[in-house]
Amino acid sequence: MIHNISIICRRELSGYFATPLAYVFIVVFLVLAGVLTFFAGNFFERGQADLQSFFTYHPWLYLMLIPAVSMRLWAEERKSGTIELFLTLPIRLGEAVLGKFLAAWLFIGLALALTFPLWLTVLFLGDPDNGVILASYIGSWLMAGAILALGAAVSAATKNQIVAFIVSASLVFVLIAAGTPTVLGLFEGWAPEGLTRAVAGASIFRHFSAITRGVLDMRDLVYFLSLMVAFLGANAVLVDLMKAE
Amino acid sequence: MLELHNLSKKFGSLVAVDDVSFTVAKGEVLGFLGPNGAGKSTTMKMATGFLAPTTGTAVVCGHDILRQPLAAKRQFGYLPEGAPAYPDMIVAAFLRFVAHIRGFRGDEAAARVDHIVELVHLGEVCDQRIDTLSKGFRRRVGVAQALIHDPPVVILDEPTDGLDPNQKHEMRRIISAMRPEKAIIISTHLLEEVEAVCSRAIVIAHGRILADGTPAELAARSRYHNAVRITVAHGNAAKMRAELDQLDDVAAVETAEGEDGVILLVLARDGRPIADDIADLARLRRWKLASTAVERGRLDDVFRAITAPESEPRPPWDLGEFAKLTN
Repeated sequence: MIHNISIICRRELSGYFATPLAYVFIVVFLVLAGVLTFFAGNFFERGQADLQSFFTYHPWLYLMLIPAVSMRLWAEERKSGTIELFLTLPIRLGEAVLGKFLAAWLFIGLALALTFPLWLTVLFLGDPDNGVILASYIGSWLMAGAILALGAAVSAATKNQIVAFIVSASLVFVLIAAGTPTVLGLFEGWAPEGLTRAVAGASIFRHFSAITRGVLDMRDLVYFLSLMVAFLGANAVLVDLMKAE
Repeated sequence: MLELHNLSKKFGSLVAVDDVSFTVAKGEVLGFLGPNGAGKSTTMKMATGFLAPTTGTAVVCGHDILRQPLAAKRQFGYLPEGAPAYPDMIVAAFLRFVAHIRGFRGDEAAARVDHIVELVHLGEVCDQRIDTLSKGFRRRVGVAQALIHDPPVVILDEPTDGLDPNQKHEMRRIISAMRPEKAIIISTHLLEEVEAVCSRAIVIAHGRILADGTPAELAARSRYHNAVRITVAHGNAAKMRAELDQLDDVAAVETAEGEDGVILLVLARDGRPIADDIADLARLRRWKLASTAVERGRLDDVFRAITAPESEPRPPWDLGEFAKLTN
């Protein structure tokens, strides 16, 4: 089981680096992360030695960039017909789904890890709370995993990568936006409080900002992990249903 | 070694495969023949577990593809239609990946890759990306991944499609060489291929098996089987035709203008041998025959007659095969 997942994962990862795609992605990720941190997040003006201004924008960064990674996961296999080769090898469907997902997740983890100079910067400028920073990195990676799993499931439902991108980005937008004050404001006043809370509770945004405050709460971890499990389950079902269309 | 039991596949109201059953034994090369859209690929997709059948199942070396998919999948190598392979991978890396998934590790995986590269002659492109390969090489990569674990059952969907004549010949050589050890199915719409490599042929159309036999048996179903072709001088043809028509075992006589006279094609009733009767008659009447030849019947005719019964049968001179027929 683990053995096959790792073989599939390594093949996928090597696939990323066989084309300029991986390098382009990493560069765009780092540049965008930097721009958001320094310009939108007012990193210096805030005058605080933390990475709050960096992590705040991660949901929006992922909204654009993760669907760009996930869109090809299954759509490309279906389009090129390699899915028939892949799924007639002696592997379980679950191994295929997890192997592909892990490769993409590790790849995004790598891009995320490459933002370490920011951490070095705050370390140099002041005395940051490294616990909060570590928790935020973990939270960010978990959030990336949840978004990625969603994108993977969408990718399994179409042969067209552009469609996969747009649909995943839209769904991710809904998941993120649900927890923003603007959207919650729309519910307040007329909707029952339970509904407002449910909308907020379903949002990636809420759970992620809880983590970036430095508390790795079990509920937030469970939230992201259950999103991953649910979407990967959907991914497997969709692959099985749609593979031969 | 490979058994298909009542496989059917419906897509909505369309019946793509309708109750297909057959078995392939070790040492057999089964040619799976049919016009495009006949259900060949769909049958193969079901036999390999890619597509779930509406009814029926396939059993590979004793393992049911639906109940024990992993055990069954270990027993065959499969070249899907169009020979798909990851375009941005290096050939050697791709084959190594398949070897690893097939359970080989380290040196053994490397040895498998080396062996298969040699067997299907991929040496010169081993370090190239798959998307830079010509069609012929790409198909060979597809065949290589199907054979890398030396499987007892080999399922190849159009292994020679798009290859040039030399490459086709080479592919057939590879298939013939492994025949004694394996049960092999190849799908094709090339009849020459069936004659070249297959020990048995199944004709399928509209999802149903219409014929099953050796290539020779199928050819014998041709309306031109055992027909005798005679070339005679102008002038005698009409009279001879009338006399030939009187013979008991002659079904009909067709005529056409040839280069050195009139061609009479004497069709045998139910494929009975009529050459001797005609020779006797010719001796009796002292006819001068410029040439005679006995037709075996071509798979081509049979294929057309079976799969498109409403089409007109084409007599042999329609196909520009004079050289072959007037030997």
